[in-house]
Amino acid sequence: MNDDLRELYQDIVLDHGRHPRNFHALEHPTHVARGHNPLCGDRITVYLQVDGDKIADVSFEGRGCAISTAAASLMTEVLKGKTIAAARQLFAQFHARVTGGELSALPEALEEDVERLEPLTGVRAYPVRVKCATLPWRAFEAALNSGLAGDTIKTE
Amino acid sequence: MNWVADRPALDARALRREFPIFARHPSLVFLDSAASAQKPRQVIDGIAEFYRGDYANVHRGVYKLSARSTDLFEEARERLRAFFNAADEREIVFTRNATEAINLVAQSWGTAHLKAGDEIVISDVEHHSNILPWQQLRDRLGLKLLVAPTDETGEFDLARFEALLSAKTRLVAVTHLSNVTGAVLPVERIVELAHVRGACVLIDGSQAAPRMPVDVRALGCDFYAVTGHKLYGPTGIGVLYGRYDALEAMPPWQTGGGTILNVELAHTDYIEPPHRFEAGTPDIAGAVGLARAVEFIEGIGRDAIRAHEEALTGYGLDRLSHIPGLRLVAGGQRRLSILSFNLDGVHAHDVGTVLDQHDVAVRVGHHCAQPLMDKLGIAGTVRASFGLYNDEADIDRLSAAIEACREMFR
Repeated sequence: MNDDLRELYQDIVLDHGRHPRNFHALEHPTHVARGHNPLCGDRITVYLQVDGDKIADVSFEGRGCAISTAAASLMTEVLKGKTIAAARQLFAQFHARVTGGELSALPEALEEDVERLEPLTGVRAYPVRVKCATLPWRAFEAALNSGLAGDTIKTE
Repeated sequence: MNWVADRPALDARALRREFPIFARHPSLVFLDSAASAQKPRQVIDGIAEFYRGDYANVHRGVYKLSARSTDLFEEARERLRAFFNAADEREIVFTRNATEAINLVAQSWGTAHLKAGDEIVISDVEHHSNILPWQQLRDRLGLKLLVAPTDETGEFDLARFEALLSAKTRLVAVTHLSNVTGAVLPVERIVELAHVRGACVLIDGSQAAPRMPVDVRALGCDFYAVTGHKLYGPTGIGVLYGRYDALEAMPPWQTGGGTILNVELAHTDYIEPPHRFEAGTPDIAGAVGLARAVEFIEGIGRDAIRAHEEALTGYGLDRLSHIPGLRLVAGGQRRLSILSFNLDGVHAHDVGTVLDQHDVAVRVGHHCAQPLMDKLGIAGTVRASFGLYNDEADIDRLSAAIEACREMFR
C-alpha cells in the first residue's frame, strides 16, 4: 500500500474511527457547540463540562469520516482534565502540525498529549482532508467561547 | 444471430488517445465526467486556432477579421441548433452554463409571466441549479413550488407527478438525467402531461446531452438547458434552447451592449432573440470550442455513445452489486452512466481518498443535491460517472480499489 495512505489511515486512526471514545452526550454540559462541514455533510457536537479553569469532562456525538471521527475521539481523550489554557495550547500545536504551520513552544507536560495526536498528522499530505482533522477542535473552541449558546461553526 | 453486431461500435481505447490529458496521466481512471468531461484535441486545438487566426470581437466590426470572428460565432450557433434539432438558430442562446440558462428563464420568463398563486413543479432529484432559481422566484412572486417524487426504485413517479398538475401549474422544470442516481426521466411523457394543462416545460439537459441523442422538437419542450463543459467542450459556455415564440415574449434579463436596436435616454428598443439575451461580449472562443465539441461527438455518433455507456452502466452495476457491503443508490430501470453508492461503515470521503490513491478519480459528497440526500437519509455518496473514453477496464480498476478500501476499513 501507498505510504502516504498508510500514514493517513494509521491503525490508531482506523481504530478510533471505528470505535470512537467518549462518544455520547454529556448530561450536564456547561459548554456545547456544533461543527458542520457542508461539503461532505459531516456534523459533530462537542460537549464540555468545565469546572473552574479545568475541563472536567468532554464528549462528542455526530457522524463523519474516519479522520474527523478519530480526531474527535483522540481530542476528547487528551482534553479530559486539562486546564483551558493548556487545551488552547494543544489546539494551536495540533493545528500547526496538521497544516505544516509554525510550531510554538510547548510546556513539557503537554508533550505526551501531542504525541498521542501525532497519528493524525498524516493529513498533511492530503490538503483537502485537513479540515476533517480540525473540525472537532474548531467545535471545541467554539464551545469554549459560546458556553451553552450552542454555536455552529462551518468549515466552508 | 449476433445482436451485438447491430450496435454501433465505439472503441473507447482508441478515442482516449484523442484526449491529451490521458497521455499526461496514463494511469488515471477518470470516473468524474458527470462533474466535467475531459477535452478532446479537436476542442483544445480548435480554441487555440481560433485565437491564433480568427479572433476579434463579434458583431458590428466593419473589418474583415471581425466579420470572420462573427461568422465563426454564428456558425457555432448553427452547429448547436443542428445538434439539438431546434427549428431555428435564433432559438439557441449562448449562456455561461446550464445554471445561467435556468436563471435566465427564471428571471426573464418567470418575472414576465408568473404571478402570486401560480405553481411550479420540479422533481426530487434536481441539482441545486434547478431548485434555487425557482425557490427564489417563489419567494419573490408568491408562487408555490411543488416536488414530484421518484419512487423507492429511483423511477420518476408519473402518476404522482400527474396528480400535482392543475390549471395553476405554469412551469415544470425537471432534469433529463439525474446527476446523482443516473435515472433517465420520462421527459417525453412529462412534456405531454404538462402541455395538456398549458404549462411550459424546462428540461435540464446537463447530464443527458453528452450521453444520448437530444431532439428538442421531438421532446416538444419549451426550454432545454445545457452546459458546454460536460459536453466535452470548454468551461464558461452553455446553451439555452428556447422555443422562438417563448423567447420572443421574454424581456431581456441582463442589459447592455449587443441587446439593443435603439437606445434613447427615455426608452430602449431591444433586439430580437437570441441576441436580446446575450448582453456584453460573449464567450466567443467558448462558443467556437463548443461547436468543435459537438462536431467531435457527432463524428462518433450519439447512438454509439449511448450504446457504449449503457453497456458500461450494465457492467458497472453488475460489478459493484457483487461487492459485499456496497449499497447502490437506486436509479430506476433506465439509468445511464452515473452510479452512486456507499460502502457500509466507510464514509464517502474516506472511500474517495483511498480511490484517489489508486488513481481512480470519483466525486464524493452531496453532488449539489442536498434535498435528495435528505430524502435518502444519507450525508453523501461516492459517485462514479462515465464518459465515452471509459471502458470495462476502468470499472475493473474501480472495483479493485473499492475492494482495497474495504480491506483497509475492515
